Amino acid sequence: MTRLLGWWRRIAPTLVALGVALAVTAVFILIIGENPIAALVALFDFGETPVAQANSIGVWINRAAPLFLAGLAVSIGFRMGLFNIGVEGQYRIATVVAAGLGAAIVLPAPLHILVITLIAMAAGAAYAAIPAILKVTRGVSEVISTIMLNAIAIGIAAYLIRSPFVDPELGAGENVATTRLPESAHFPGLNELFGVLGLEEPRRPVHGFVVVAIVVGVVVAVILSRSRFGFELRASGLSALAATANGISSRAMVVKAMLFSGALAGLVGLSDLLGSAHRFQPDSFVAGYGFTGIAVALLGRNRPGGIALAALLFAFLDRAGPRLQSEGIPPAAVTIMQGIVVLSVLIVDEVARRRLRRREERRARAQDQATTPVEVAS
Amino acid sequence: MDAEPAPVIELTGITKRFPGVVANRDVHLAVRHGEVHAVVGENGAGKSTLMKILYGMYKPDEGTISVDGHPVEFGSPKDAIAAGIGMVHQHFMLADNFTVLENIVLGAEPRAGVRLDFAAARERIEETSERYGLGLRPDRLVEELSVADRQRIEIAKVLYRGARVLILDEPTAVLVPQEVDALFSNLAELRAAGLSVIFISHKLDEVRQVADRITVIRRGSTVATVDDPQATSSRQLAHLMVGSELPTPETTESTVTDVVELAASGLALSSQDGPDLLHDVTFEVRRGEIAGFAGVEGNGQSELVEAIMGLRKPDAGLLRLGDDDMTSWPAHQRRMAGIGFIPEDRHRQALLLDAPLWENRLLGWQGNPPAGGRFWIRPQAARAEAATIMREYDVRAPGPDTIADALSGGNQQKFVIGREMSTTLRVLVAAHPTRGVDVGAQSAIWDRLREARAAGLATVLVSADLEELLGLSDTLYVLFRGRIVARLDPAEVTPELLGSYMTGAAGQEGARFTTGDAAGEEQAARADTEEESR
Ligand SMILES: Nc1ncnc2c1ncn2[C@@H]1O[C@H](COP(=O)(O)OP(=O)(O)OP(=O)(O)O)[C@@H](O)[C@H]1O
Ligand SMILES: [Mg+2]
Repeated sequence: MTRLLGWWRRIAPTLVALGVALAVTAVFILIIGENPIAALVALFDFGETPVAQANSIGVWINRAAPLFLAGLAVSIGFRMGLFNIGVEGQYRIATVVAAGLGAAIVLPAPLHILVITLIAMAAGAAYAAIPAILKVTRGVSEVISTIMLNAIAIGIAAYLIRSPFVDPELGAGENVATTRLPESAHFPGLNELFGVLGLEEPRRPVHGFVVVAIVVGVVVAVILSRSRFGFELRASGLSALAATANGISSRAMVVKAMLFSGALAGLVGLSDLLGSAHRFQPDSFVAGYGFTGIAVALLGRNRPGGIALAALLFAFLDRAGPRLQSEGIPPAAVTIMQGIVVLSVLIVDEVARRRLRRREERRARAQDQATTPVEVAS
Repeated sequence: MDAEPAPVIELTGITKRFPGVVANRDVHLAVRHGEVHAVVGENGAGKSTLMKILYGMYKPDEGTISVDGHPVEFGSPKDAIAAGIGMVHQHFMLADNFTVLENIVLGAEPRAGVRLDFAAARERIEETSERYGLGLRPDRLVEELSVADRQRIEIAKVLYRGARVLILDEPTAVLVPQEVDALFSNLAELRAAGLSVIFISHKLDEVRQVADRITVIRRGSTVATVDDPQATSSRQLAHLMVGSELPTPETTESTVTDVVELAASGLALSSQDGPDLLHDVTFEVRRGEIAGFAGVEGNGQSELVEAIMGLRKPDAGLLRLGDDDMTSWPAHQRRMAGIGFIPEDRHRQALLLDAPLWENRLLGWQGNPPAGGRFWIRPQAARAEAATIMREYDVRAPGPDTIADALSGGNQQKFVIGREMSTTLRVLVAAHPTRGVDVGAQSAIWDRLREARAAGLATVLVSADLEELLGLSDTLYVLFRGRIVARLDPAEVTPELLGSYMTGAAGQEGARFTTGDAAGEEQAARADTEEESR
């Protein structure tokens, strides 16, 4: 009961913040001369037919999984005060490499997926190692270097698909892409699960990689709270000076945290790649998870559970984009709303923290008067 | 009948509660114009909290504050500053890479139109410095300055904002005796100029020396105000504070063995500008020995400690732990091998202030079972251990889940000592272990150090407290400008002689003791002390 109450206390401010964000967005929609009620309805509209609804849920899941992974990757850096803006570039590189090398190797089904996953993590980590090394050896701010490396990643990826990884059987006029991954590297979808649950099966594949994302989330949570590495990471984030004075080498931690963050970033693109794209193609590659991941991490308070909720929320809003557009509301409204959500959550949370503190003080006072006798001054 | 002027500050019936503790309960305090008013009490008695209330950082739950007889309410330190109240905190709050001038004006920037008017500020600072004998040099970088200098900057900063009442929270804890004297003469100037000073300290002798009146706080309540400090003994004060007798330091048998546990030879550390930070530092600490290092702050103690702990790489020299050469070991390996560390700055180096005590229990020992481990930590075990430390070292806090920042300064210190000493250690490096703890806790910590010594611990003790150094050390080294200038027998050395080595007055002769074998050295040192004291 008290647990439930404590949980409620923590979640309530976020709900308030969501309400505020909704209100502000409504005002924005009013200003551009559209109907906020219609927009709200569109936001929660999953479609008329059961198939459309199932499709909608599928889109939601497909969007949430990579956002969750990106948020996790960003949060690892945040936890020790590192701003890994480079998740964007890291997952692009990782996805290209995974697509290219994955198509080049022949392995039985589950193993093939495992190897591709490991390749992606290694590639993400390797690309994240660059800013880490620059930081510990040259003192280059990771903010600057990761932003630069994001730009460079686009170039590298373009080169990789054109030259070593290009599909030799590309038809004339077809867009450049890597070789298609064989069947053994296709991650089974969740479509049939919908049927098992008594829903219509979505027409488009629902990425099963979300299961991997959930497992990764649990593992990361355990690592952060229970492992020595997690403790050292958090300690470095809380006070770099105290951590160093107690034998936690800050350079080593920067490198480890960036590699960890980069390895997680490497997973971001796999949901799409293994679930439906099956090849890397610049035009259909979904970019931007790395940047949105920053907001997701912030909204989720850098805690895996919070990041999961934040990713679900962001994906929910993204999913509504096309519907809103059909109501005459620009899709940018979704982005604006996401931004407002993050801001208002941060603000409301701070206010709530202060109120909570005052409340505890009041409770302490009541308790004190009830139980302790007043000490007599001489 | 003369109507006495209203006290400049009057606190009436102040009560302040935190979750789980009552920090102040019905406190009364009146400070007159032009007086130095000391506030004493045990660790966690509520002194800092009371001062933070007066400075507008906390709102009292009950009670009133009056300035010059008028009731006031402070919403923030801004209001307190406007009412002429300034505070120098127990833990300094200066920006290291700013100059003295910038630090003083920070937050109260002098303006001429829209531009910052530094010339006017400089003039005022120099005037203040002159008037109260603070000796400030406005263009020095704060990071280059000694602790005593920083403190004077804090004081100047407060005066610059027009304070008539200065609150100094444990200003002398970080100073060596000479610096304390200098501070007291600054305070005398302030008092002569009609300003009032509220002064917190655990050193009862100096409180009696400098204060006009003393208010004693016990467990959050005022128990007495002493009107004539000189006529009251430290013993009586301590009795008021804790309600029991002041423990007397005891002398104990030497437990020094022949086994060398820690050895440094030829340690050197150069600085980019100026003289070497450490120069040819050579010494040995045996099992069961406490090696004390005396010196004015900034003469190489911090660097020596950091070199031993592996936090700074010496340019030359060797460090041995028992039979192993540990010169190239990283810091955590030294910890794992059994070197405990009590750093000089608990806030910055020893604690994660925003983390609960159980996590702080792990800090530095996260690799050692049962709470820590090679790969995993065990929060439950850490909680249990934190609770044990709290019990055994009398750390007053609600529990292992309390955030370290919520503890009083002295209780934080006790927790750090407990953490380091509740592991099986071979060597303990302790910098100012009793800084900021009350007299009762101080003697308890001394007892712990002696017990550990008897059990074979080799201790490196750096302290600014001469009584502590002389009372605990088996061998006493004096550091001056990064060199060991004397190796003395604490049983025979006088504080005066020690002082002369520390300030370099006797440095030249002392230098020769650092050569030759240990036994010969000791004799030479003894002979010399005898000579000098005659
Ligand atoms: N922010 C806070 N939150 C919760 N409890 C606090 C907080 N600040 C102080 N306390 C508690 O209030 C009590 C008084 O603390 P305070 O810092 O005033 O003691 P003090 O007399 O200054 O002690 P010391 O001599 O050790 O510095 C302590 O029990 C402390 O744990
Ligand atoms: Mg205090």
